[in-house]
Amino acid sequence: MRLITRVGEWFDHRLQLAAPIREAAGHPVPRNTASWFYVFGSAALTVFLLQLVTGILLALIYVPSAGEAWSSLQALNHQVALGWFIRAMHGWGSNFMVAIVLIHMVQVFLFGAHKYPRELTWVVGVFLLLMTLGMAFSGQVLRFDEDAYWGLGIGASIASRVPIIGPFAVKLMLGGPIIAGATLSRFFALHVFVIPGLLIGCVCLHVLMVLKLGINEWPMPGRIVRRATYEAEYHALTKQDGAPFVPYAIWKDMFFAAFILLAIAACAFYFGPFGPTGQPDPTIIQTAPKPDYFFLWLYALLSLLPPALETPFLLICPPLVILGLILLPFLSGEGEKSWKRRPIAVITVLVIAITLGTFTRMAQFTPWSPHMNAWSGDPVPDRYIHGTTALERQGALVFQVKQCRNCHSLGNTGGERGPTLDSVAVRLTQDQLIRQVIQGGGNMPAYGNNLSPAETTALVAFLETLHPASQGPARDAALDLVLGNGQVKTSGTQP
Amino acid sequence: MSTNTVTAPPAEAALSRRGFFMKLGILFNGFAAIVLALPVARFLFSSITHGRGNGYLSWVPLGNVSNFPEGETRMATFRNPLVMPTDGKTVDTACWVRRIAGDQFQVFAINCAHLGCPVRWFQQSGLFMCPCHGGAYYRDGARASGPPERGLFEYTYKVENGVLTIDAGQLPTPGDPVASLTSEKPPCA
Repeated sequence: MRLITRVGEWFDHRLQLAAPIREAAGHPVPRNTASWFYVFGSAALTVFLLQLVTGILLALIYVPSAGEAWSSLQALNHQVALGWFIRAMHGWGSNFMVAIVLIHMVQVFLFGAHKYPRELTWVVGVFLLLMTLGMAFSGQVLRFDEDAYWGLGIGASIASRVPIIGPFAVKLMLGGPIIAGATLSRFFALHVFVIPGLLIGCVCLHVLMVLKLGINEWPMPGRIVRRATYEAEYHALTKQDGAPFVPYAIWKDMFFAAFILLAIAACAFYFGPFGPTGQPDPTIIQTAPKPDYFFLWLYALLSLLPPALETPFLLICPPLVILGLILLPFLSGEGEKSWKRRPIAVITVLVIAITLGTFTRMAQFTPWSPHMNAWSGDPVPDRYIHGTTALERQGALVFQVKQCRNCHSLGNTGGERGPTLDSVAVRLTQDQLIRQVIQGGGNMPAYGNNLSPAETTALVAFLETLHPASQGPARDAALDLVLGNGQVKTSGTQP
Repeated sequence: MSTNTVTAPPAEAALSRRGFFMKLGILFNGFAAIVLALPVARFLFSSITHGRGNGYLSWVPLGNVSNFPEGETRMATFRNPLVMPTDGKTVDTACWVRRIAGDQFQVFAINCAHLGCPVRWFQQSGLFMCPCHGGAYYRDGARASGPPERGLFEYTYKVENGVLTIDAGQLPTPGDPVASLTSEKPPCA
């Protein structure tokens, strides 16, 4: 024991780190900050360290070459002992990281911790969020499978829309004219050297400022932040009602950190690693690429925005959001901290959370994408053909063969791009059906060039049978009157 | 604290030998930084400078004209003109070839004009459909529906000695539709 002490003293005589560490560990924090609400920052740091360790482990096997990356991932999954588990830990770690960073941000915002004098801590935090998302995207690229390949194409297409510099940005991003070896190599450099280096620097700054400025006290309604008096008030608070950070508050951080690590390990063990999906071969086009969950909301948004709004939205919104986040502590640097007295803050968080949640949910079943195999895989349900004429059956055949099914569902199977056609005859008359099929419109392509008159007649005859038994098909009452052919049966239209 | 006790430096200190050398040292380092920055920038932006004046494009054969029956649209693949040793399979690119009649062709990029996903051809309905965000195009490449703002990207082509050749080598994107720079816009559906 004496030897250990002496060795310790020998080192500290040279390093002189013990005193500042002891001071940092023992610095007084307001007692009410020893709360389970205050554990997310340290949890994010823990997951970041986990990502560093698992990332280095993966780099022992992974080959950042477009020709070999995919096979090296397969080797990790299947050949190297527990390679699958380390990949799964890294993948699930990234999911947890994004989630925890977002939760941390919401907590900080709702507790008013971005206000004076912690503005810079918040600003550095915004950059940490952006870098975390950068790591998430570049990490998805390193899992060099078909999703990564086409995801890069989507990234390039978005970047290309920036006026003037767009095309140059694309070549800089891809490292050449196409998505190829140089692209993967530069994303490897970004993911492994550039962004982590910046992240480590910014995390140190972030934590240093938390230590220097003190942890945000529990917000009390009515306790107003004023630039002139805040620091004196905070100092008095830690003096009157303070406790040393270690061990008074840190045990909750430690428990939560361990819980998160175990949760990641459990997910990794139970669900396994992410992909890789199919090979990154651009000649294999039977694929429907999808981003990882943290970018699903964007995927949904890009499908649902009106085409003309898309480019302005992509180019204007992200800079505005980032600018807004950076300016936030300067625009509301004083005043109430408690969420109980900041209804607009609470509503903003709720609206953003619900919006992102809704888009993410929608992106899981992509109602906007045609079901590429529905026309050959999902037959017309029997009950829609039962008791129909030969012409109507021919129409059902046309309906399948012309791939109408890829966008329109019948009996809950098929695409959801267009409206479901189970009761289309109630909505549209015969003439309207013919017009819609031939001319398209309302986001439907025109089929006039692609259907013979006989096919159109048969298809419309089939569509006219699609109505509930209790509800007749739509009819043009005026036409019935003009023709006067005795087809008028509804009493309301009798002259 | 010590700043209070420091007296103002004498006037000649601004021109002292050491001060002068320090300034010279800063200048010298600035010069060294510029000398080093030039090759670094040249290296870093080489992927942009290489592409100036369509430097990435060249004529690539897609195969004999007889491989493409008249009135049909078929997939063809070609190897990108610029190949790096680590590219693997990524240099093989697909495209859609529509032979209208005789030597009249349309060669479409595989990438959707919306965000670059691979579009698929459906012979029966005469449509290209995109699996990502639901864009659809007619057989002549014109936009049919969905989020794309334009028709499919088209490669410039020529037929030489019975071989269909296209001017390719760069990923077409909405902001830089290289492939269609010299070709005519697809006619209205």
